[in-house]
Amino acid sequence: MSSRENILQAITANKPSFIEPPIIEMKRAVLSSTEAVQQFISTLESIGGKAVIVEGVNLIRENLQLSRDTGAYIVNTIPMLGEVNDEITTATDAHSLEPVFKAYIGATIGIAENGAVWIYESEMKNRLVPFICQHLVVCLDVNKIVPTMHEAYSQIDVAKEGYGVFLAGPSKTADIEQSLVIGAHGARSLLVYLIAPVLK
Amino acid sequence: MDPRNFNKFYFAPIGATTMSHSKAAGVFIQDEPRTDWHDETLWFVREKRDKAVRQVPEWEQLRELASGIKDHTLSNLDNYLSAFEKNALANGVKVHWAADAAEHNDIILQIIRENNVLRIVKSKSMLTEECHLNPFLIEHGVEVVDTDLGERIVQFRNEPPSHIVLPAIHLKKQDVSQTFHEHLGTEAGNNDPQYLAEAARIHLRDKFIQSQLAITGVNFAVAETGGFVVCTNEGNADMGTHAADIHIACMGIEKIIPRAEHLSVFLRLLARSATGQPITTYSSHFNRPRVGQQMHIVIVDNGRTKQLGRPDFRNSLKCIRCAACFNTCPVYRRSGGHSYHTAVAGPIGSILNPNLDMKANADLPFASTLCGSCSNVCPVKIDIHVQLWKWRQVLTNEGYAPTGKKIAMGGMAFVLAHPSIYRIAGKMGRWVLRSLPFITNNKTLNPWYKQREMPTPPKQSFRDWYIKNKR
Amino acid sequence: MKVGLFIPCYIDQFYPQVAIATMELLEKLCCEVVFPLNQTCCGQPMANSGFANLDKGCDKNFVNNFSGVDYIVSPSGSCVLHVKEHLHDEDESKSLQIRSHIYELTEFIVDVLAVPNITAAFPHRVGMHVSCHGQRGLHLSSMSELVAPTFSKPAQLLGMVTGLVLTQPKRVDECCGFGGTFCVFEEAVSAKMGKDRVSEHEANNVEYITGVDVSCLMHMEGILKRQGSKIKTIHIAEILNSMEAVTVSN
Repeated sequence: MSSRENILQAITANKPSFIEPPIIEMKRAVLSSTEAVQQFISTLESIGGKAVIVEGVNLIRENLQLSRDTGAYIVNTIPMLGEVNDEITTATDAHSLEPVFKAYIGATIGIAENGAVWIYESEMKNRLVPFICQHLVVCLDVNKIVPTMHEAYSQIDVAKEGYGVFLAGPSKTADIEQSLVIGAHGARSLLVYLIAPVLK
Repeated sequence: MDPRNFNKFYFAPIGATTMSHSKAAGVFIQDEPRTDWHDETLWFVREKRDKAVRQVPEWEQLRELASGIKDHTLSNLDNYLSAFEKNALANGVKVHWAADAAEHNDIILQIIRENNVLRIVKSKSMLTEECHLNPFLIEHGVEVVDTDLGERIVQFRNEPPSHIVLPAIHLKKQDVSQTFHEHLGTEAGNNDPQYLAEAARIHLRDKFIQSQLAITGVNFAVAETGGFVVCTNEGNADMGTHAADIHIACMGIEKIIPRAEHLSVFLRLLARSATGQPITTYSSHFNRPRVGQQMHIVIVDNGRTKQLGRPDFRNSLKCIRCAACFNTCPVYRRSGGHSYHTAVAGPIGSILNPNLDMKANADLPFASTLCGSCSNVCPVKIDIHVQLWKWRQVLTNEGYAPTGKKIAMGGMAFVLAHPSIYRIAGKMGRWVLRSLPFITNNKTLNPWYKQREMPTPPKQSFRDWYIKNKR
Repeated sequence: MKVGLFIPCYIDQFYPQVAIATMELLEKLCCEVVFPLNQTCCGQPMANSGFANLDKGCDKNFVNNFSGVDYIVSPSGSCVLHVKEHLHDEDESKSLQIRSHIYELTEFIVDVLAVPNITAAFPHRVGMHVSCHGQRGLHLSSMSELVAPTFSKPAQLLGMVTGLVLTQPKRVDECCGFGGTFCVFEEAVSAKMGKDRVSEHEANNVEYITGVDVSCLMHMEGILKRQGSKIKTIHIAEILNSMEAVTVSN
């Protein structure tokens, strides 16, 4: 008999009698959307990231262009910010991506309680981009911030694409004497632009 | 090969033959300032945890939910594993099943050989530590680079991790500096964590880019989607898997949860319990291999189905490996992870490891005062201290108690069951303490007396007083 | 009400003053106190060492001594917890009756007697040691690990004592390291834990360390004495029964 059958049979023999799953119902304080945005910003700051509210995308476009003007390898995946780096596909290898200095990526939602954003594989073009770049810039609709993980999972479909990530702040480690070091293996910094509608 | 042989091999650098917890702890404590530092550093993590959980008013409700989801999952584990397998296969993932550590290691070696892989990176996986994968692969001429900073440090030093979340927490920055100087050529005497972490970043970036195969653990596997979640702060799991042509994810059978929405509960609990962060930097959801990539999942039993069959101990399988019980444990903080001589140390290790090998781990359930703090911090409400107590009974019944203890306890039980003998013994005891203190005040024969004075024995017991004054 | 006084073996032998204070205090609070003369021990030392199977004789003796009282009260959280969780008898109705009517002293005063005040005076600076079994087992006080309202039955009673200044160590509820036979089988860790507890109280300039469990106090006393410290340990019953500076008004 295969290990698969052995394991499954052993479980069937040894498991306790059926226990009903609990219903996820949480009594929580209700956050207004302004409070949720403020909490997102302060939480992200507390974990080493930064979030700023911008009206429209003009400022981001300008900053993207300024970065490109330095000659550094800047990757943009968001069409409304300007030229998109079409040379990057799902098949682009690590050697080609290693020089990426800064990447601009869109996110689907943000979460107030932990400062995380959800990024689908399609938003990053290549799974490595948000990790291998030295600095990461994420763009998110300011109205897409939810209070907690419960709302987050109800609004995304984690299985829709091959890969997706909750990303909260820059890469970090405290493995040496619990001293916090920002920039372990992934991006050294994270800036989240919260895009608000342009006021007329 | 018997994985216990690896155990000896693996733990050889820290203690030649395996020392009992109490003995190893005694060695650890000899350096008292360092013990204080270890204790305070981990207590600091506990405090960060406290601060984080107090920002979630529904914290206790979340723990209850997590516990309930896991209890439910264990009661239907066979069906959930089958569903997970079916969905993972449909996602284009190859699924392997391993009865034990040896089979787990063989499966991985076979994938390595079939694909002629030379360069391998691994992010943190306690399961691969439990299976002693690294020494096994080394024996077969395969080198694996651990990419978690803490794990890389201990790998350079040929030591096992001492903590499941903070693998190098037993080391000071001077130790790391020395190790990196030897292995990475960093400046001698430069102890700046920033500088040392940067050196590791540069060194490992190269390994990531070159790697052909990446091994990761699994934090949660979702039955309804066939996907799995890996959590890191450093980003090493993602750097490895997205760069490599082959991804192998190793998981114990207990990592299953039924639905994606359940992730919300566990991801709210995990990082807050582990480090006091609101969430880990990266919570990566893998569903399908990217184009051209192979993705494998190895589902491992290694004693877990046996533990599932022990009603008193099965809920230890709810563990999500946050290590909150390590950080709060006053014994762990003062004895260090290596004193537990197992891959998973701390209170949770002390209830998991006797299941794997009762004889080798008979000391562990006794490495506790049963203070109960572990059960209180546990995000999935495992009654750890109750299980420690119950393991003591099992180990004694199975004959793993030292003979001296057996005789002493037998004698004590006899005396305490017979009031008149007890009164004579009590009187004699007090008399001996008063009149012949050198018998008890002996640092070799009486461990109490090594660092503590004996109580001053009164002339009369309470019972004597009561008869004289109250009757 | 008739209260059976349970005095654990080591208190009987080494700390009779704690038992006397407990008895006098309960009598002051209008209880009829009886002390069954053939009691010995709850059986915890064997059980915690993995020898619960040896507890039959001890259990039987306990049931023989404590059947037929309204309540059983003891100045030891640890022993009470053991009885509550592990006492058995051939006739389980007898053991269950005991298990549901046994109380640690402070929880008995707060929950059963529910006295509004206690006439006691102890003009000293006192450090509170929270004993694990009383706290996490009997829930005598809130626990630092949980997100829940804070409370403390022992501290509530000490708050009624005239002149007493109560302090908390930095780590409010860390174990002292006694742990029964742990204190000898894991001597190094045990003693280190005790030393660390004591030093946090020293930092608060206390004159006394108090608590609901004599075992923890005995452990810290052993360490304090070895260090030649001036700090003394004292059981909470002794404080609640104390009338040191008699300027109490009712």
